[in-house]
Amino acid sequence: MTYALRAYEYWLFSYRRVWRGSVVTTALNPILYLSALGLGLGKLVNRGPGLGVPYLDYVAPGILASTAMLVGAFESAYPVMSAIRWTRQFHAMLAAPLRIRDVVLGHQLYAASRVGLAAGFYLVVIAAFGAVHSWLAVLAFPVAILLGLSFSAPVAAMAAWLERDEGFNALFRFGVTPMFLFSGTFFPVSRLPQGLRELAWATPTWHGVDLLRHLTLGTATLWPSLGHVAYLAAWVAAGLWLAQRTFTKRLVT
Amino acid sequence: MSADAPLIHARGLVKTFGGLRAVDGIDFEVARGEAFGFLGPNGAGKSSTMRMIGCVSPPSAGTLRILGLDPVRDGPLIRARLGVVPQQDTLDTELTVRENVLIYGRYFGLSRGEVRERAERLLDFVQLGERANDKVEPLSGGMKRRLTIARSLVNDPELLLLDEPTTGLDPQARHALWDRLFRLKRQGVTLVLTTHYMDEAEQLCDRLVIMDRGRIAEEGSPAELIRRLSTREVVELRFAGDPPGVDAADFAGAVARVEVLPDRVLLYTDDGDAIVPVAHERLQPQSVLVRRSTLEDVFLRLTGRTLVD
Repeated sequence: MTYALRAYEYWLFSYRRVWRGSVVTTALNPILYLSALGLGLGKLVNRGPGLGVPYLDYVAPGILASTAMLVGAFESAYPVMSAIRWTRQFHAMLAAPLRIRDVVLGHQLYAASRVGLAAGFYLVVIAAFGAVHSWLAVLAFPVAILLGLSFSAPVAAMAAWLERDEGFNALFRFGVTPMFLFSGTFFPVSRLPQGLRELAWATPTWHGVDLLRHLTLGTATLWPSLGHVAYLAAWVAAGLWLAQRTFTKRLVT
Repeated sequence: MSADAPLIHARGLVKTFGGLRAVDGIDFEVARGEAFGFLGPNGAGKSSTMRMIGCVSPPSAGTLRILGLDPVRDGPLIRARLGVVPQQDTLDTELTVRENVLIYGRYFGLSRGEVRERAERLLDFVQLGERANDKVEPLSGGMKRRLTIARSLVNDPELLLLDEPTTGLDPQARHALWDRLFRLKRQGVTLVLTTHYMDEAEQLCDRLVIMDRGRIAEEGSPAELIRRLSTREVVELRFAGDPPGVDAADFAGAVARVEVLPDRVLLYTDDGDAIVPVAHERLQPQSVLVRRSTLEDVFLRLTGRTLVD
């Protein structure tokens, strides 16, 4: 673990050169999204048959989940490819005593930190908008990080496997963006046609969204929640296992 | 490990990539304090060998011991005591010169204070002290190489691996780098380097092996190899048009070997001055040059003049 922390330190070090812009974006985004969707669009939605709760309360955890997912995926896509091909920092780490698993873990710790930073801001803003209805929302913080990792770990594996960065276009166009839109973030999955609905249930995003929503609304129950957590953890574990393999194949030959 | 045990010991070392045998069963040893070179054309297996020594490429077969340890089992332990200058720089060009050394030192678990102190000393050593706060991006190739060397010394390594340390540098930068490597050698650091520059090998290496197609073709000190595999001198004859046919027998045993190239003829001999009058008379060359035999002559004789890619 101490070896992984050495790799983690590099990522913090390199984050220092972008942190100002990054923090402003991280803080501004939730305010913009919640104003536009929760307050603006929400006025229209609330006139309809209704979701049982005000649209702001409904959509806030959805935006939190999609942020965790996007940050997790982004921090593993180009940064991993860069550390393999451009800054070649993974090669530098492996010339030192670090091993593949330290390199993978150190980077995932960083991805988790970035998700945590964004999720922390979001939760505070959501609370300030009055969309948090239970102390259970405190648990939304670790759950958001877990959701972020369920993306960052598999995407890191993919980034090490890809030959060119064009592959990321496909990932975001056909993977991340549809999940962002259709996994229960902005409207219930039950409105989707059959087939697509089942597909949505299989995404880590839906499990994250559903759990986060129950936590901020205060309607979470134990077993379904644990089920969601287990499903997300399985994605993280599979992602780490794959990353160990693709990193090894790419870096230690 | 006793003091005189070899720092690196390889027997029947093999590296295969799919069907390609990049390293095809080589034996060598490197002693403490020595400057040892792998010389060879592109694709000879030099870099693959270096990566195995650097513990980032597991051997496909054979025995390899570094500092008495097994690179597959004890990789992190060995790497803690190695300095590596890879063929392709691994600098983060968005960070400053100093930051690159700091972060690298932290990979070795050095405390922040310790690594800060070492960074100052090492950057002065490679004459980059004044650029410490500059970004790496705009530095010249030679400066980046020197930075990579400074960084590779941050853990005070016993063994420094340099994979083509001066490829692509201008003559000034190469000499500046050689000068630093000489100093390290004098301080007792064991150097292992690959190069395809003969002058570099002659300048830096106590002992070297010439590799060709994954195998070791010859081994010895530069002087020994020249003595054994070439003559003392070479007479180069240049001609205005196509060179005439020449036979070593024309020189009554004074010429060991003749090589006819498109624009000139090389006569390998132990006494160039004795040959010159005869050559003038028989062949009427446009110009004549007598020079010492170099490692390059040995190298070309062993590995041929055909382009390998």
